[in-house]
Amino acid sequence: MQHHLILRVITKLLVSTIILFSLYVQFHGDFSPGGGFQAGVIMAAAFIFYGLVFGLENVQRVFPPWIVHRMMALGVMIYAGTGFFSMFLGYDYLDYNAFAPHHPSHGQHYGILAVELGVLVTVTGVMVAIYYAFAGRPPQVSDEDW
Amino acid sequence: MATAEVEHTARTLADHLPVLQILVPFVAAPLIVLFGNRALAWPLAFIASAIAFVISCLLLAQVIDGGFISYAIGGWAPPLGIEYRVDATNALLLFLISGISTVALPYAFTSIRSEVPKRNHTLFYACYMLCFTGLLGVVITGDAFNVFVFLEISSLSTYVLVAQGAGRDKRALTAAYDYLIMGTIGATFFVIGLGMLYMSTGTLNMADLADRIADQGGNRTIRAAFAFIVVGMGLKVALMPLHLWLPNAYTFAPSAVTVFLAATSTKAAVYVLLRFMFSVYQPPFVFEVNTLYFIFIPFALLAMFVASFVAVFQSDFKRMLAYSSIAQIGYMLLGIAMLNTSGLTATVVHMFNHGITKGVLFMGVGALVLRAGSSFYDSIAGLGRRMPLTGAAIVVGGLSLIGVPGTAGFVSKWMLVQAAFENGFWWIAILVVLSSLLAVAYVWRVFEVIYLKEPAADAPRGDPPLPMLIPMLILAGACLWFGIDTQLTIGAAHTAAESLLEGSFGMAPSAAAVTETLGH
Repeated sequence: MQHHLILRVITKLLVSTIILFSLYVQFHGDFSPGGGFQAGVIMAAAFIFYGLVFGLENVQRVFPPWIVHRMMALGVMIYAGTGFFSMFLGYDYLDYNAFAPHHPSHGQHYGILAVELGVLVTVTGVMVAIYYAFAGRPPQVSDEDW
Repeated sequence: MATAEVEHTARTLADHLPVLQILVPFVAAPLIVLFGNRALAWPLAFIASAIAFVISCLLLAQVIDGGFISYAIGGWAPPLGIEYRVDATNALLLFLISGISTVALPYAFTSIRSEVPKRNHTLFYACYMLCFTGLLGVVITGDAFNVFVFLEISSLSTYVLVAQGAGRDKRALTAAYDYLIMGTIGATFFVIGLGMLYMSTGTLNMADLADRIADQGGNRTIRAAFAFIVVGMGLKVALMPLHLWLPNAYTFAPSAVTVFLAATSTKAAVYVLLRFMFSVYQPPFVFEVNTLYFIFIPFALLAMFVASFVAVFQSDFKRMLAYSSIAQIGYMLLGIAMLNTSGLTATVVHMFNHGITKGVLFMGVGALVLRAGSSFYDSIAGLGRRMPLTGAAIVVGGLSLIGVPGTAGFVSKWMLVQAAFENGFWWIAILVVLSSLLAVAYVWRVFEVIYLKEPAADAPRGDPPLPMLIPMLILAGACLWFGIDTQLTIGAAHTAAESLLEGSFGMAPSAAAVTETLGH
């Protein structure tokens, strides 16, 4: 990869931009098209792009498989945890009014942001995990890790 | 912009039971992956399953005498939001599914260690919990599209669970793949049906759908939707001509998975069929307009005889039981087609009784496999003498499968025969008894193999370890208990049958206001 100078420089430039754009899609999701799923795919695209140019080993040093696997579960926990939070405040499961009882529309806002964060984490994890699974044939997680 | 403060009464834990029923097992799955620790996976799964079982008991106690509980997810009242709705029909199934899961997990602890490679254990339990959640969700939800979502959750994890049998026999992979293709076709048909319903009614809430369909009468889209839904669920139920995925999937899956699936998954699908035929579409539509009599009765009879007949000639205990499951599904569908209270009671009771019966039998198979290495009649010859308690459990399960008085199987077949006589279908009553004779034949073959044949000189000795033995004996006890004390099963099933025949309950009271403001 040493001789592909342009490719390497452009990749390094673009990766951070892609991640930034993904965060924009994430947080602007309530006003414009987008949200957790799209942001997650864009975020994963940044890592996959890095992996395509610098190789599987390098991207896995940045983003180790064991983190990817746990991210898939973590996102679901964030989503479910949001629901539990409103439940413990005495509201229905996932009733976002619980986040700001005196100002329900703000509550809906906070709730959506929390839930979308969970979606972002899971989708990023799943997309990258699929890429890792296809790119690296032998299992990434050794017997002892489980 | 400040909005007015909304009046709110704090909810208590008891109000949240319907959603906790799903959430507790559901959250266990990501937690297992998050910890990623083999030693923690099983305890987490077991605790979650036990809590779900307790919740299902509490729910059943609330609705066994009629009425229903409605829970609006996210505080969005139905029909806009997703509604969980518990009545006697699904409470009994929640009780069955979570009960079976709670006894199957201790069994799985030992059985899975001997059948599934170690590195898969953590993810195995995560998948198991997802499958469990999916089945509970299919049963509890009152939203038609939500049924599809949960159905996919349970199916996708089921394919993985079936494929885990590859450690023992590579054919588990093709079995899982076949199941994937067939299951996906079934789910696709189901969702096409839902799409048509949504197109012509504009709603997905089951109670709301029922109202709108009643208003519209039978237009062609709604009829086509019904056909798609019946065929789609028919694949999941393993209705006789659509049953091809079942024998291999049950035979090659790990024993503990077969125990869980055989006892619960087809039952959940039968429940969906019941729900759509009686609560969403009303019985007059289903049976008078579309004359389902002439579809369900022949196929049910075909299943009862053909599958039983095939079962008689099997040489593998596990495969024989799989074919017998297809035959038993015939009885459930026959009960539906009777279209009277006794018939539906028979269907609902048989879902429960057949669940525990098949549970104990497949547990017996798993115990034999643990000791003998396979479930072929040759290799398990005489093992009933060497493993006395396992043999006894298999005998109890076998008797219940035949429908011998004093066992659970008798109760449901009796109800079915009674329903047939009430309708004046005396020939169906005779056919039910005749097909039970076929059951005698295939069950007797097993008894003969495990008791009357001489065990090989080097045949294994001794019952399986306690974690496998105790669940098996609990279920065997349940087969006897529910054959004698039918207050719980017949009671709940009777309430269920009556409410199903009355058709839809209508919208939940809180939902009426929303419907009003939306101007329907």
